[in-house]
Amino acid sequence: MSGAGASAKVMKKTISLRVNGVQRSLEVEPRTMLLDMVREQLGLTGAKLGCDMQVCGACTLLLDGKPVSACSVLAVDADGAAVQTIEGLGDKYGLHPLQEAFMEFGALQCGYCTSGFVLTAKALLDECPKPSDEQIRDYLAGNFCRCGCYQEIMQAIKAVSGKA
Amino acid sequence: MELADIGKTFRRLDYETKVTGKAQYLADMIVPGMGHGKILRSPYPHARIKKIDAAKAARVAGVMAVITRDDILHDAGIEPYYGPVFKDQTIVAVEKVRHVGDPVAAVAALSIDAAEEALRLIEVEYEELPAVLDVHQALKPGATLVHESIKLPTSGFADLAEIKPVEGTNLCTHFKLNRGNIERGFAESDRIFEDTFTLPATQHSFLETHACIASVEPGGRITVWATTQNPFVVRTQLANIFKVPVAKVRVIVPYLGGGYGGKVYPKVEPIAVALAQKAGRPVRLVLSREEVFYTITKHAAVIRMKTGVKNDGTLVARECEIHLDTGAYAEIGPRVAKKSGYTAAGPYRIPNLKIDSYSVYTNKPPAGAFRGFGVSQSAWAVESQMDIIAAALNMDPLAIRLKNGYVNGDKFVTEETLHSVGLKECLDEVSKSIGWGDRDAEKKASKGDSVRRGKGLACMIKATITPSVSCAVVKMNEDASLSIYAGTVEMGQGSETTLAQIAGKELGIPLQTIQVLGVDTDVVPYDLTTSSSRSTFHMGKAVQLAAQDIVRQLKQIVAKEYGVPEDKISFADGKIRLPETVLDYSEVMFKRFGMQGGTLVGDGQLKTSVKDEFGEKSTSAFWFLAAGAAEVEVDVETGKIRLVKYASAVDVGKAISPLGCRQQLAGAAITGIGQAMFEEIAYDNGQLINPNLVDYVLPSLGDMPAVIDPIAIEIPDRNGPFGAKGIGESGLIPVAPAIANAVFDAVGVRIKDLPIKAEKIYLALEAVRGKV
Repeated sequence: MSGAGASAKVMKKTISLRVNGVQRSLEVEPRTMLLDMVREQLGLTGAKLGCDMQVCGACTLLLDGKPVSACSVLAVDADGAAVQTIEGLGDKYGLHPLQEAFMEFGALQCGYCTSGFVLTAKALLDECPKPSDEQIRDYLAGNFCRCGCYQEIMQAIKAVSGKA
Repeated sequence: MELADIGKTFRRLDYETKVTGKAQYLADMIVPGMGHGKILRSPYPHARIKKIDAAKAARVAGVMAVITRDDILHDAGIEPYYGPVFKDQTIVAVEKVRHVGDPVAAVAALSIDAAEEALRLIEVEYEELPAVLDVHQALKPGATLVHESIKLPTSGFADLAEIKPVEGTNLCTHFKLNRGNIERGFAESDRIFEDTFTLPATQHSFLETHACIASVEPGGRITVWATTQNPFVVRTQLANIFKVPVAKVRVIVPYLGGGYGGKVYPKVEPIAVALAQKAGRPVRLVLSREEVFYTITKHAAVIRMKTGVKNDGTLVARECEIHLDTGAYAEIGPRVAKKSGYTAAGPYRIPNLKIDSYSVYTNKPPAGAFRGFGVSQSAWAVESQMDIIAAALNMDPLAIRLKNGYVNGDKFVTEETLHSVGLKECLDEVSKSIGWGDRDAEKKASKGDSVRRGKGLACMIKATITPSVSCAVVKMNEDASLSIYAGTVEMGQGSETTLAQIAGKELGIPLQTIQVLGVDTDVVPYDLTTSSSRSTFHMGKAVQLAAQDIVRQLKQIVAKEYGVPEDKISFADGKIRLPETVLDYSEVMFKRFGMQGGTLVGDGQLKTSVKDEFGEKSTSAFWFLAAGAAEVEVDVETGKIRLVKYASAVDVGKAISPLGCRQQLAGAAITGIGQAMFEEIAYDNGQLINPNLVDYVLPSLGDMPAVIDPIAIEIPDRNGPFGAKGIGESGLIPVAPAIANAVFDAVGVRIKDLPIKAEKIYLALEAVRGKV
C-alpha cells in the first residue's frame, strides 16, 4: 500500500527478480514486504497473510527454492532472487503432481493454507525426494492447517515422493 | 463423464481453483475506488468514555471518513444497537468500553498508512471503571455491571424467544431444566459424585481473519462482501441497523478461509458499512490477527456436576451448574447456555435432573459460537465424570456408557423420542479401533521405564438448531446442465460438492454438468445459517426437493408433449424412458420451448419445527451421536503426553462423500487435540497476553497422533437427504475427555481443568508421590 497519508516522500528502490521464471523489475519502498509486493504489485494472491508473525506458513513462497514466510521478508532482500509462487506451479500440460495429490487425497478443506503447504512440500521433495514421516513432520511443522487436514497432507506428500 | 452419485467420493468442485491459488478470498478482492478501514480499540477492560475528539484525525490527508459515537447516535438513519439475541452491541462504543479491544472509533482512508495515522490522532478520554473478570465475581451481589440496561431485540430467533437477561445483574441467561425429582433421585442413589471441571476461553484461529468490503450507493442500497457463515442473518441485522428493507441489502460471500463458528452473526460488517456510508465510497476492512482475538472467542466455563448412581452403575440423578463466561456482549451466548444445559446429562438416560446453565457477562472479549457449541463444555464434565464414576465402582468405562447410553426410542431430557441413535455403534467401533479390550494385557506387558500407556473413551449427543429454514432453487438449462442456487457458505466443509451430488443423483446427471453458484443474497434464496452442522441435512434436503421438482416438471412436459401417461414415464441415468423410446433431457427442453433455449426452475424448501410430523416435540430436527477413543503415552518423570492414536466415530446417517466425512472427522479431531492439550487465551487483569499465533499455539503436523482413524457410522435419518445427517461438530466434542480419560488410565491422575498440559500432569503425579 503506498503511503498517501504520510507527508514525507518515501524513496523507492528498483529491484529485479525472477518471479515464476519471468524476469521482473519492480519499484518498492524499503519497508515493503515480499508478500505485499507479490499480492499487490503482481496480483499473485495465492499466498495469504495469516499470522503476520512468521509462524503459520500461509504466506510461504519459495526464494531461490527455499521456503520463506513472505510476510516477514523485505522485498528489497529478494533483489536478484528467484521467487516461486503457487501460481507458477505446473505447466501448460497440467498441474504439479503435489497439486494433483492434494486433490486426490483431500489434503485441503478451506484452502487458505494450501498454497503454503504445497510450496513447502515442493521444497522438501526437491531437497529430499524420499522423506521419512519424521522428516515430513519436521519440515512442515511451520505450516498450520486449521481445518486439520494433516493426515491427508502426509498421505499426499508420501504418494508423490513414492513416485519421485 | 461420470454420473453423480451418493456414497462415492468425487473430486471436490472447489479444489482446482484452491490448489492453483486462484480462489478469491475476501482479502484478495479489490472493488474500484475502495478505501481502507481501521478500527481504534479500547485499551481498558472497562471504562467510561468521557470525551472523544476526532477532529485532528479527520484532517489527515487521505482520510475519507471517521466514525465515532457522535456519528451513530445523531443519525436518524442509524439504529446504533444490534445483536443476534439482545441488542447490547453498538457499531462503536457509546457510553462505555466493555472489554480490551472493544471498537471505539473507525477510520477509512485512501491508504492503510493514512488510516493508521488518523487513528493515532483520535483523542479519547477514559475514566477507568472496576472490571468484572470472572463469572463468580460477576454474579456477586453489588458487582460492577457490564450493562446497566439491555435493549431487547424486536425480532429474534424462535428458539430463544423466552430467554431474557436479568436486569440489574450480570446474568445474561439462566437456562433451567428440571426432570423427575432431584432430592428423591439422590436419596435413591448408592453413591454420589461431585466434581468441578473448568475449561478456558479459546479462539477459532481460522487462518483467514474477519474481513469485509462495504459499499453504499446514493439512495441507501448497501452491498457487502463479507466473511460470514450466515449472510442472511447479517443482511437482517444490517437492514435493522441502517433502517432499510432487507431487499436493499446485498451480502456476497466468497470462499471462506475457515469459519468453525467464529464467523456467524455480524462482526466487522456494521463498522464497514458505517464507514462506507460516510465516505461515500467502498471501504475494505481486514482485521489483523490480534483483532480477531478481540472479536470472538469460545466460552470459558466452570461446571459443577453432582451425580447419583446405583452400585451397578445406573445413573439416577444429576444436579449441574454450568457457568459460561460470555464476555462483554451476549452475541449468541444465550443459545450456547441452552445447548450446554440440554446436554449436561450427556447421551445418557438420567431420570432425575436439575440443570442450571448460566451465561454471564464479564469485561472480556465476547464469546460466541465455536464448533461444538456449548456441548464441548458440557461434555468435558459429563465424560470426565463418567470415568471417575466407573473407576470408583470398578466398572469398565465402556460398559458403564453402554449401560446408560441412549438407544433408539429413548426419551431425551426434553421428554421427546430419539430416532436414529447410533451411539452404541460409535462406541463399539472406536473401542475396536484402539483395541480397548487389550488394554489390561498391554499394561501388564509394558516395560518398566517411565512411559505409561493408557486408553480413554468419550461420547456425546448434540442437537442442531431447530426450528430453521433452508430454501434452494435449481435451474435446468437448455443443455440439461444444472445451476444450484443455495445460500450455504463454502468454508472448507465441501458443501458445494455435497449439494451437487444430491441434485445430480436425483436427476441422474454428471457432476461436471452442475454449477453451484456463489452465495449472494440478491440471487440465492433464504438459508438461516451455515453452522450447527446443518447444511447437508437442511440445504441438502432443499436441493433434493428442488431437483425432484425439476423431475416432476419434466414428467409433466413429456406427458403433455408426447402423449404418454405420467405413470408410464420413468427416469434413469439422466434419461427419460417411455414405453417406446428413450429421451434426453435436452430433447424435452427443446420440445417444451420450441428452440434451444428456456429454463426450468425447481423450488425446494425445508422448514423444521419444534414439533415433528407426528406432532411430537422436536427440540432438534435430528440428533448427532459420536464417540472418540484416545491412546496415549505419558512420561511419569515429566508429565509429557504423546498421542499414539485417536479414533473418531460419528453417526453420519449416510456418507454422501466418504472422503468428505473422513476429512470432517479427522479435522475435528485435530482441532479437538489443540483444545484438549494446549489452546488457551491467557488474561492478565482483562488484558489478553497471547493474542497472536506465536503465543497462542495451534496444533501442527508434529502434534498429530501417528494414526487418526475416522469412522463414519451410517444409521439413516428418517428425514435427511438419502438418510444423511450433519457431521461438522460431533467429532470434536469427545476429544478432550477421551484424552483426559486415557491419561487417567495411564498414570492414575485426573485432570479436571483444560488444557491437559504436561506440567499439570507432572504436578498431579508429584502430589501423588507426596512431593508437593
